[in-house]
Amino acid sequence: MKPESRKKLIVSAIQNGTVIDHIPSHAVIQVMRILNLIQTDHQVLFGMNLDSKKYGNKGIIKIRDKFFDDVEINKIALVAPTATLIEIRDFEVISKKQAEIPDIVEGIVKCFNPKCITNYEQVRTRFRVIDKQNLRLLCHYCEKITKNENIEFI
Amino acid sequence: MNMKNKSLISINDFCKEEYLQILDLATYFEKNPNQKILEGFVVATLFFEPSTRTRLSFESAVNRLGGRVIGFSDAALSSTTKGESLADTIRTVSNYADLIVMRHPIEGSARWASQVASVPIINAGDGSNQHPTQCLLDLFTIRQTQGTLDNLDIAFVGDLKYGRTIHSNVIALSHFNTTFHLVSPEELKLPSAVKMHIKSNNLQYFQYTDLEEVIPKVDIIYMTRIQRERFADPIEYERVKNSYTLTKKMLEGSRENLKILHPLPRVNEISVDVDLDPRAYYFKQALNGVYIRQALIASILGLA
Ligand SMILES: [Zn+2]
Repeated sequence: MKPESRKKLIVSAIQNGTVIDHIPSHAVIQVMRILNLIQTDHQVLFGMNLDSKKYGNKGIIKIRDKFFDDVEINKIALVAPTATLIEIRDFEVISKKQAEIPDIVEGIVKCFNPKCITNYEQVRTRFRVIDKQNLRLLCHYCEKITKNENIEFI
Repeated sequence: MNMKNKSLISINDFCKEEYLQILDLATYFEKNPNQKILEGFVVATLFFEPSTRTRLSFESAVNRLGGRVIGFSDAALSSTTKGESLADTIRTVSNYADLIVMRHPIEGSARWASQVASVPIINAGDGSNQHPTQCLLDLFTIRQTQGTLDNLDIAFVGDLKYGRTIHSNVIALSHFNTTFHLVSPEELKLPSAVKMHIKSNNLQYFQYTDLEEVIPKVDIIYMTRIQRERFADPIEYERVKNSYTLTKKMLEGSRENLKILHPLPRVNEISVDVDLDPRAYYFKQALNGVYIRQALIASILGLA
C-alpha cells in the first residue's frame, strides 16, 4: 500500500461533519469531554499519536453529521490551542478555522483557590480570561486568578 | 446610578461616580439618621461566621430606618450545621425577607448567593475576598475628614499582604489620584497584583518598613492588625508587633489635617494614649458604617 492511501485509511473520510485536526495527543479525550462527545449519538472516530508534519505527533477527532458553533469551538482552545476545525459537506472542505481562546470560560476549568465557593458547592465555574497570551483566568466568584500552570479541567 | 433590587457584592462592580453617589446619600443619612422609611420591610442578617461589629452596624442601620431584622449570628445556630447547602438556605430565607445581608467564610459565597436568591444580597464579607461596605465607609470617612477624596497622601500600615480591607481600599482609591505610602514588615508587603493596579492607573506608591518615617508625609494613616498566625517564627512576630504600634509621641510633627483610621477591632497596634488625640478618628469611622449601610439599604430597596 502506498503511504498516501495508508494515511487515508487511518483518517478515513466523512461525507458530512466536522474534523478536528492537530489536537495535542494528550488532549484528545479532554476535547471529547468538553464537546460532550462521550455521550453523543453521533458517530465519532478519533486517533492519537498520529504523525504530524507540523507538530510531530497529533490527535484527530471526526464527528459525523455534527457541526459546532464558535462558542463551542472556542472552549477547546484552552486544552488544544493548535486545533484546526474543518467542516465537511459532501466530502468537500467547506471551512477551516482555528480555535480561539474565548473571553469567558464556563464549566470546564476548576478554580485554583481551595477556599472558593465553586470547590464547596455545586456551582458551575465561570472565569473571565484577563490574559489570553499567558492564559490567566479571573474567577467570577472568588475573584482570584487561576494561572496557566494551575489550570485543571473538571 | 439605579441600585434598586441590585445586589452589592464587590467593590470591583462600581465606578467612581457610583462610589460618590453612595457617599452623598450617606451624608444625607448622617444628617437625618432616624426616619421610618423602612416600615413594613424585613431585612435578614445571615452571619455564617460571627462578626459582632458588622452585624450590629447593619442592624442599627435597619432599626434607625424603622425596619425589622431577622437572622442568625453564628453558623452553629443555622441549618448549615445539618448539612444544608448555602444555596438552599438562601432560597429559603428569600421567602422571609426583602433583603439579605450575609457574611460567610467561603470566598465567592456572596456572588453565588446573589444568583440563587430572589431578593438582593449585601455582602458583609466573604472570607478574604470582599467586604464592600467596609471599603465604602472608609472612603466616606476619608472624605469627611479631608473634605475631598482627591490627591491625598494615604499610608496603609500593617498586614498589607493578607489584608482584604487594604486591597479593596487601594483599588477604590485608585480612582482619586491617591499617592500610596505602604508600611509593612518585609514578609507582609502589598501583593504585586495590587501594586500593578496602582501602576496601571499611573499613580505612585512608596514602600517603607519604618512607621515613624511616614507619619509627617501623609493625610491619613490607616492602621491594621498584624496577626500572629502570619509568622512562622514567634520571635519575629514579637519584634514586628512592637515596631508597628502607633503612639502619641510618634505623632509629633504630623500634618495638621492628619487623621488615623482603623477598621477595628484594635489589639495593640494603636496605643490607647492616642485615643483622645484629635487625630484619632477610628471610633467615628465605625459610626460612619451605619450611615453607609443606611444609604445602601435604602437605595437597594428603592427608597432613596
Ligand atoms: Zn474561585
